[in-house]
Amino acid sequence: MYETTYHRPANLDEALSLLGSADDGRFLAGGQTLIPVLKQRLDAPSDLIDIGGLDELRGIEAGDGAVTIGAATPHAEVATSEAVRQAIPALAGLAGMIGDPAVRHRGTIGGSLANNDPAADYPAALLALGATVHTNRRALAAEDFLDGLFATALEEGEIIVKVSFPVPSAASYRKFRNPASRYAMAGAFVAVMADGSVRVGITGAGAEGAFRPAEIEAALATHHSPSALDGITLDEDKMLGDIHGSQAYRANLAVVMTRRAVADLA
Amino acid sequence: MATVKLTVNDRHVHADVEDRTLLVEMLREDLKLTGTHVGCDTSQCGACLVLLNGRAVKSCTTLARQADGAEITTVEGLAGPEGLHQMQEAFREHHGLQCGYCTPGMIISAIDMVQRHGNKLDEATIRHDLEGNICRCTGYQNIVKAIAAGAAAMSA
Repeated sequence: MYETTYHRPANLDEALSLLGSADDGRFLAGGQTLIPVLKQRLDAPSDLIDIGGLDELRGIEAGDGAVTIGAATPHAEVATSEAVRQAIPALAGLAGMIGDPAVRHRGTIGGSLANNDPAADYPAALLALGATVHTNRRALAAEDFLDGLFATALEEGEIIVKVSFPVPSAASYRKFRNPASRYAMAGAFVAVMADGSVRVGITGAGAEGAFRPAEIEAALATHHSPSALDGITLDEDKMLGDIHGSQAYRANLAVVMTRRAVADLA
Repeated sequence: MATVKLTVNDRHVHADVEDRTLLVEMLREDLKLTGTHVGCDTSQCGACLVLLNGRAVKSCTTLARQADGAEITTVEGLAGPEGLHQMQEAFREHHGLQCGYCTPGMIISAIDMVQRHGNKLDEATIRHDLEGNICRCTGYQNIVKAIAAGAAAMSA
């Protein structure tokens, strides 16, 4: 790791002012992605501003048809939260499938979303549930927030404060993990919303990051059953391909994971 | 440089470290607590697990300064005047190791597992929750046995 200067601000205002005065600062939350990146010298920020301990960014609230999670809330808290388990068990389950237990004790929902790794889990839920990302400046719909591989709509000096997930009437998340890295080769979050509409978020497979597959959502609109997906294929040219799996493999796997998630809903 | 104060294994300790110093480096190099190992150094193997304020974390993926003021338990802090911790004893009894390199992390992970799930751990839970601990010798068979036995012994 290159030399850097660490700061532990007492509140969000101080954190933002530290970032503003840094040459090339980064927020540090759980650090489960950022610290490995720094160790590999893939990034060299002048300043690290530790927001992991800020109370105003933590906590989980359920009510008014939504679950709202503070940005610095670790995955383990989401996975074990009674409120999340009651309202959106698939979201608690998703949080409990990220990384491993020690990673879940440190890694945060805000950090994961701000990084927008194309194989991260939360973006699939964000899209499927139509979540809203609240920053220190504005509220962004999921589709407007996510902006391709490792990219988001966040601007300089903008930070995620909390994320609000509408409570669906049913939902399930299935993923196929790369057996070495444990990241999703393809993950599908399927949600039946309160109005009866079906929304799907696919992660791990899209060349532009997590996405909503229009052809799958259309097929599921009237029949919430795996057989509704018979004959449905995704355009493999829009998929990620690498040594772990070709584009055609991921296109197929995304449908298979969706099919399993839909079967869970029955 | 900054002074980082920790409570490690119930002792108040401090060291002057660079801001980029990892928690595992402070533990091993400044505090000479070399029971916590660095295996992969890429957040995957779990050899570096310690309890930070009671929860298992990867000390190779945590800055020492992030831990400032925290309570840390390393494998050296488990045994008491009576002898080995129940989980350590179970690893010895069931031969839950071969080379021993991953063992400190395995034992910390096992204690964390008991804290999260209680003393009755079935094989599926143990195997699932060991997803962040890699052993290249044993094939895990005796590690799983040791954790089940150690967890049960911890309720006594």
